[in-house]
Amino acid sequence: MTAAADSGEVVIIVGAKAGAAFGKFKDRERRLAILVELGTECLGAHTGEMRGEEGSNVLGFARFRLGGDEPSRLVELVRQPRTTEAAITAARQVFEGAGLQVAVCGDFAGRIIDRLVRPYYNAALRRLDEGLASAADLDATLKLGLGYPEGPIALLERTGLAYHHDVTQALFEAYGDAAYAPARRARVAKQRQGNLN
Amino acid sequence: MAIVIKTVGVAGSGTMGTGIAIVAARAGFRTVVYDTREEALARARKQTEGFFANSVERKKLTQDQVGKILSSLSGTTDIAALATCDIVIEAVFEDLKVKHELLARLNKVCPPHAVFASNTSTLSIAEIAAGSGREDRVVGMHFCLPAQLMKLVEMSPGLKTSDATFQAAWDFCKALDQTPVKTQDSPGFILNYFLIPFHNDVIRLVEAGVAAPADIDRAIKAGLGYAMGPLELLDLVGLDTHLLVAEALYAATHEPRAAVPALVKRMIAAGQLGRKTGRGFYTYQGNAMFGGG
Repeated sequence: MTAAADSGEVVIIVGAKAGAAFGKFKDRERRLAILVELGTECLGAHTGEMRGEEGSNVLGFARFRLGGDEPSRLVELVRQPRTTEAAITAARQVFEGAGLQVAVCGDFAGRIIDRLVRPYYNAALRRLDEGLASAADLDATLKLGLGYPEGPIALLERTGLAYHHDVTQALFEAYGDAAYAPARRARVAKQRQGNLN
Repeated sequence: MAIVIKTVGVAGSGTMGTGIAIVAARAGFRTVVYDTREEALARARKQTEGFFANSVERKKLTQDQVGKILSSLSGTTDIAALATCDIVIEAVFEDLKVKHELLARLNKVCPPHAVFASNTSTLSIAEIAAGSGREDRVVGMHFCLPAQLMKLVEMSPGLKTSDATFQAAWDFCKALDQTPVKTQDSPGFILNYFLIPFHNDVIRLVEAGVAAPADIDRAIKAGLGYAMGPLELLDLVGLDTHLLVAEALYAATHEPRAAVPALVKRMIAAGQLGRKTGRGFYTYQGNAMFGGG
């Protein structure tokens, strides 16, 4: 899949095997930007890294979605320290031209949203267990008090507690931070899924 | 015997106290606002009149209704004026000693049946109650800012709060046309317990250079459908206020995510508190915001 930007050519490599396809991609330097769809891995796994000076015309990207939800309008666009500004601008144009919103971020596990919301979801599940408030009151408070469209408990039920488990477990392994350790209710949902399958 | 609430006292006429007094008077309660500072009462009265003038302009209330509301609302620097109150909501400085001193004085002035409600956001209701002389009649009622616009009230019983007190305060909250939710008497209750560490995590992301403020806000809004980005909200709240609440939460919980990132103190030292100083995570000029890209 290719798309033209203002000047030069932007190549977009999509799909679960985008990284592998990128590995075989020739004439990389001739492109204005090469955009590689990422799963949970870092872009560096495909481009290689070099003592904090990595970066080129290659960017990673991922359309954000929560569990089984429809994909959101958000694209997290992954850059490296020396990624060219021209490549970033071109990537932005391509995605924004398709009606999406772009958030540029560094090449770290969980990018922006998962890195920020998974500790919040784990805390909500833990405090529910500890009886801070009922699930309904927890959700109502965070919706009414902060204007969130949905409370954390309802959101996790809708998008999948087992899915949350997988995402936060991977971040726990990446960062070793206890805030990412899957909360009991997420672990139970994961075990239950295993028992049923 | 059920506690009947007709007259409401509000102690402290800062932003929160003023908003709570507006809510009480608007709901038809005779409301007495107490503050030791004459000028704070005058400022509160002016804000209140401005708020209700706006309500008339927007056709939410008639001039007649506002006249009645304003005549039921009085301010005083004399604590003895709270002697007829059935409930007093305190919204004074978030300091246990200050609250204890106030409640001890109120305990002498107010009738025995009167309930003391605390609008604390970070202190413990049981600890506040311990200085009141009527621990069974103290309850947490945490309004959101601005109280006159936000419906939510977090309500918490302390260890010794009687069921009758909690029920009376709960019914009163509904009579105010507010939406009560029940939470444990636990640091930060629900809102601040979740919000403060989340905001600290967001600031840590900026600090670590993972993404620019505008990119983080855009991600949260587009990805999760939040009305406002966390860094926009922090600029609105003010980093000085965030620091105060976060330090109180950290002191109470010692949870790593509650610890304030060093960047906050650097920004405060540099006078970058947010909207009110023209610069925080974004730069402001009048109503315009820069760096929001």
